[in-house]
Amino acid sequence: MSQNLSTFSVLYRIFMRDIKVAMRRQSDVTAVFFFFIIAASLFPLGSGSDPKLLSAMAPSVLWVTALLSCMLSLSRMYASDHADGTLEQVMLSNQPTVLIVLMKILAHWVLSGLPLVFVAPLIGLQFNLSSAELQILAISLLMGTLALSLIGSIGAALTLGIRGTGVLIAILVLPLYIPVLVFGAGAVNAVSIGMSPNGALSLLGAVLAMALVFAPLASAAALRIALD
Amino acid sequence: MANEMTFLASNHHLSADNLVGVRGDRLLFKKLNFNLSSGTVLYLQGANGSGKTTLLRTICGLAKPYEGQINWCGEDISALAEEYSKHVLYIGHLSGIKEDLTALENLQFSLALSGTDISKNNAVEALKMLGFEKCLNLPTRMLSQGQKRRVALARLWLQDLPIWILDEPFTALDTLATNLLKQKIEAFAIDGGIVVMTTHQEVTLNVPNLMHIRLDF
Repeated sequence: MSQNLSTFSVLYRIFMRDIKVAMRRQSDVTAVFFFFIIAASLFPLGSGSDPKLLSAMAPSVLWVTALLSCMLSLSRMYASDHADGTLEQVMLSNQPTVLIVLMKILAHWVLSGLPLVFVAPLIGLQFNLSSAELQILAISLLMGTLALSLIGSIGAALTLGIRGTGVLIAILVLPLYIPVLVFGAGAVNAVSIGMSPNGALSLLGAVLAMALVFAPLASAAALRIALD
Repeated sequence: MANEMTFLASNHHLSADNLVGVRGDRLLFKKLNFNLSSGTVLYLQGANGSGKTTLLRTICGLAKPYEGQINWCGEDISALAEEYSKHVLYIGHLSGIKEDLTALENLQFSLALSGTDISKNNAVEALKMLGFEKCLNLPTRMLSQGQKRRVALARLWLQDLPIWILDEPFTALDTLATNLLKQKIEAFAIDGGIVVMTTHQEVTLNVPNLMHIRLDF
């Protein structure tokens, strides 16, 4: 009548369910995407037409905006699953909680971080960035947004079930985002002053690797406490 | 249903050892002991707020007991983690239904969580038996409370797990569904399953081993 699924296919279904649910509620996903586009576009409009000034501030503006847009969607990461009881069911599944949490983080990244990687180079054109800078911007965002989702998951899990989570998540998570911001924007800055971005990118990769190991563990522990 | 016999043939037992439950600073139950062997239905009774749900969540392993432990075949469930939870089918007072997904998608997903892959036909059949001919492709947010409950309960017909933990399973069900569920629980207990449940409805179960625990403190 039924057959047993492998670990991989259970995890894949958890991932795909989050994507499917988000696709049925596209407004949540598109809101984050358009927030990034609009917020980043406001800076060139507000700061006059000096191309040098624009390209100098571009890395920090784009990175800070990406960071804020990623944070916008964090509170939803576990909250809706918690409210309808699916989180309990997921925690009782036959797979380790850490891997389940990792799947939910990856789904969050695909929905809210990855789109920014593709659109950021287009926004970067408004800031008079060279093609080398745009390339490094995309690469640093590719690594950085995944780190943002991983680190943000800890904040989302810790604030689960608390009222007014939006501001609290920001206070918890933004300080932890600083290394990602420093090395991510630093890589693009390095290119614009003619240096190699490899140093900053390697450090960003190190932050990502560390987050990849520790964030799911910390989130899983926080979720167990939230459900207790 | 060939593989259903695999767990039913072996004799499982679930026991509580001096369990103490606390919610906030309120003591809900203390020195609670029970020993459930295959085929036993444990019926928890008590007023609202007496700690039934807390006890059920403790038995599933979702909540940690304040003191004491739960043993599954002699081993502490907090040490077993997912080795234990893969045996448990828990239906809480939150149904665990995603409102944006259809009844079928919800059912297939909740089965997949415990590693059960079910063909679409079998899932549709189970849902039809529970009265879902017409609304298979509607998102569950359009369904009534009782229908959502049925989607959650449909797992009972499709999954082969030895422990059922049911928090108010009869809530919002009509007489037809209540009877179907009652028969299913009876058949499961006679086949050797362990059931822990609460209900405020007047439902008399005809099972050989029926235990009652009253939580009044």
